[in-house]
Amino acid sequence: MDAFTTHTGTAVPLRRSNVDTDQIIPAVWLKQVSRTGFEKGLFSAWREDPAFVLNQDTYAGATILLAGPDFGTGSSREHAVWAIQQYGFRAVIAARFGDIFRNNSTKMGLLPVILDEKVVEHLHDLVEADPSTEITVDLDKREVRVAGEAHSFEIDDYTRWRLMEGLDDIGLTLRHADDIATYENGRQSWLPTTV
Amino acid sequence: MGRTLAEKVWEQHVVRRAEGEPDLLFIDLHLIHEVTSPQAFDGLRMAGRKVRRPDLTIATEDHNVPTVLGPIEDPVSKTQVETLRKNAAEFGVRLHPMGDAGQGVVHIIGPQFGLTQPGMTIVCGDSHTSTHGAFGGIAFGIGTSEVEHVLATQTLPAYRPKTMAIEVKGDLPAGVTAKDLILAIIAKIGTGGGQGYIVEYRGEAIRKLSMEGRMTICNMSIEAGARAGMIAPDETTFAYLKGRAHAPQGDDWDKAVEHWKTLRTDDDAVFDRVVEIEAAELSPFVTWGTNPGQGAPLNTPIPSPRNSEDERALQYMGLTAGTPLSDIQVDTVFVGSCTNGRIEDLRAVADILKGRQVKARTLIVPGSMLVKLEAEKEGLDKVFIEAGAEWRQAGCSMCLGMNPDTLQPGERSASTSNRNFEGRQGKGGRTHLVSPQVAAATAVTGKLTAPADL
Repeated sequence: MDAFTTHTGTAVPLRRSNVDTDQIIPAVWLKQVSRTGFEKGLFSAWREDPAFVLNQDTYAGATILLAGPDFGTGSSREHAVWAIQQYGFRAVIAARFGDIFRNNSTKMGLLPVILDEKVVEHLHDLVEADPSTEITVDLDKREVRVAGEAHSFEIDDYTRWRLMEGLDDIGLTLRHADDIATYENGRQSWLPTTV
Repeated sequence: MGRTLAEKVWEQHVVRRAEGEPDLLFIDLHLIHEVTSPQAFDGLRMAGRKVRRPDLTIATEDHNVPTVLGPIEDPVSKTQVETLRKNAAEFGVRLHPMGDAGQGVVHIIGPQFGLTQPGMTIVCGDSHTSTHGAFGGIAFGIGTSEVEHVLATQTLPAYRPKTMAIEVKGDLPAGVTAKDLILAIIAKIGTGGGQGYIVEYRGEAIRKLSMEGRMTICNMSIEAGARAGMIAPDETTFAYLKGRAHAPQGDDWDKAVEHWKTLRTDDDAVFDRVVEIEAAELSPFVTWGTNPGQGAPLNTPIPSPRNSEDERALQYMGLTAGTPLSDIQVDTVFVGSCTNGRIEDLRAVADILKGRQVKARTLIVPGSMLVKLEAEKEGLDKVFIEAGAEWRQAGCSMCLGMNPDTLQPGERSASTSNRNFEGRQGKGGRTHLVSPQVAAATAVTGKLTAPADL
């Protein structure tokens, strides 16, 4: 996983609420067995519209996705996270996220930043007024800085540490292999197996 | 202070707890399908890791499979399915491939084999894993990174979500189903209402539901934003499980039931949030928009848009506020999916279609090959075919646009599935989520119809 400490970049304002993962990447893109190439599927239905925000030259090169509330609801497809990352985004800012999407993001090093709905609206206004507006997402200080303002966000210590170190969960868990073995030995004998 | 059902099951699965860290939870059952697993198996291979507990893992082919007999024609779908077969063989995971009597939608086969039991933790790389909570366990969808984590360790690090009770008081009126109830719940609390919670469905109306109905309810928890939904086990649960292939037997059965009976929320337990629903006020419920929260009773007009999202949804759906929902004409009716592809759903559809003819293209897709066999044993297939409907092989089918069963742009469906997102059933397709009963009545009239109005 890519480590995330602080990132500064311009943003794309996606002013829509309830953007589900089927919109982020339609199911037809999920047939791939590789981990790469998903950027082509990002918002693929919406990108057919030339007026769609991602198609506007003014937002080319943006690395922060400014989303509406309830971003990433629906399907558990991690492909949605891969598509956003592979397109070039490092962080997504929204007032609320779908639980599974948010969780998947933290596994991949895409930072989901939760800010108050009014603050997110304000960021949309700033970026729409001036698309060259730079936003800094500082995980170390847990704040978003823009135009001389600082807006703090919450993230639990453990996830923050893991993201900042770019640590792989499996490696961390396997340090506790003994605890897993002990638990396994104490399980009820009537619990089902698939064999 | 007492504990909720969710807290009890969670606590029983904590492998390791440390200050400032998520709990490490043991996973009792890991369900696998072809879409969200290939990159996870690749990850294991690259790190030289094995599947820790193949004996707690089971795989099936469902999302990509065609529901007419014959091979997969799409080469990309074919590769994905073949990749699962290769991975299952290499890592020693039991697989039910296309053509196998045990094949079916991943959330249908777990319960039908008796692998889904009360008090278990169950995960799958699929958001509708919440279905399995109907048996009183904690079941939730995960992404591919977590699939790899569970394959390698049989555990997941996680913070315990908050608890929400959805208390359904009184009895559902005749003709109102579990699907109507869950659609009404989602419309009430919204697609984000359950974010951060495990929902426990409680109350008289829930207790009276069959296991199939309970699975329909828990299945759609994620559409209200909740990763997991659950219902305390009771005699209905035990009766459903008894005698199934992987259910405990003999003395083990008695020991298991004794434990399962402890899996209920204590009277003095406190939920973080409580939502109350009056069952008597409900009637057949359908969606009009592009998220599952945009729904209304079928006997009402399309509501006026509350915001730009509603306006956008109406535009996509080609609908105007004020039009009676029961005036909406559909091109296709889809009965199936992990929400409503079980035998009870098919029986309900057959009851309505018997002696009638469908006016819209109607696909009836059993959730598993065993459901298909049972339906054919009961002669339901003949009722469907005589009514002019198509009787298919098991799979996810038209629930999502990953296999040949899709809508054409602009086409409109009444669907017993779980998501009415833009393009979910095929690019440009327009979906109305309905119960199996409304789906059947709609097939007969060609427009959204409650069975009572036939």
